[in-house]
Amino acid sequence: MAGDINPMEQFQVEPVFGHHIVLGGYDVSFTNSALFMVVVFVLLALFMAGGLKRQLIPGRWQVAAESAVGFIDDMMRVNIGPEGKKFAPYIFSVFMFILFANLVGVMPIAIVPHLHTFAVTSHITVTAVLAFLSFGIVLAVGFWRHGLHFFSLFVPHGAPGWLMPVIIPVEFVSFMVRPFSLGLRLFVAMTAGHILLEVFGSFVVQGLNAGGPLGWLVSLLSFVMIVGVSALELLVCAIQAYVFALLTSLYLNDAVHLH
Amino acid sequence: MTDLGAMYIGAGLAAIGVGLAALGVGNVFGSFLEGALRNPGAADGQQGRLFIGFAASELLGLIAFVVAILILFVVKK
Repeated sequence: MAGDINPMEQFQVEPVFGHHIVLGGYDVSFTNSALFMVVVFVLLALFMAGGLKRQLIPGRWQVAAESAVGFIDDMMRVNIGPEGKKFAPYIFSVFMFILFANLVGVMPIAIVPHLHTFAVTSHITVTAVLAFLSFGIVLAVGFWRHGLHFFSLFVPHGAPGWLMPVIIPVEFVSFMVRPFSLGLRLFVAMTAGHILLEVFGSFVVQGLNAGGPLGWLVSLLSFVMIVGVSALELLVCAIQAYVFALLTSLYLNDAVHLH
Repeated sequence: MTDLGAMYIGAGLAAIGVGLAALGVGNVFGSFLEGALRNPGAADGQQGRLFIGFAASELLGLIAFVVAILILFVVKK
């Protein structure tokens, strides 16, 4: 019975139109992952378009869009300083994309049959690309501004000379781990949340199949847990998007001001 | 003990690390709340550092979870 419900099946990436489109040895079919990225993009575009009305006394939608932009601008100013303003568009794009992608993945519209959402950020391929994009921008900014002096990032102030052979490899490794940790954190948080929801969902289904008052009790309790875990997942979605943007801004601060 | 049994036991042991990370995350938020209750005015300014600490401690717990997933789904049976 438990073998029929596989928690990992929800992460399957498959073509939307049934058959794979292979072009020159590469599979370029329009997958459900791509479909939901388009959905996230459309939602984000609608959100920003609604907020760009520029009324002097803003309506609620404009206030929402402006407070999101102001939140990121604030974070840039606190973490990087006045030069942070030029990175705000990238950080805002990354933050809003991850936030909307996480939220779209958690939406319970599967009540309508065959209409289940796909969490775009629950794949390491997507989150690793975002993380390496951020890391690439950090490296580009660092080398553009400071040239080869950028390597002094691995030599902290005031450390004694005899400690250098130990500190420099450690600092270098902890620097190079940054993109992997950025991508891994978001990926595992989303995947773990979705697996948890599916496990409780399987308890509901198996309880109902077993029948009898005990089965119904198990189903009811599992359903209550699903509601609670979904509320926690909403919080985790927002926190993971914020943490991604915050850590990217901290790494940019390291690149812009070497210590 | 069969290989498959050893793999499942290994995955279960790796999941203990996730519980240890829960202690770490609780520590971070608990210290923040304790300080915030003593000095509420300074709490809002330090919220950024709260989330940095949360991210760092959560990451290590997630790495333990990834080890369990690797053992279960990636290692050839």
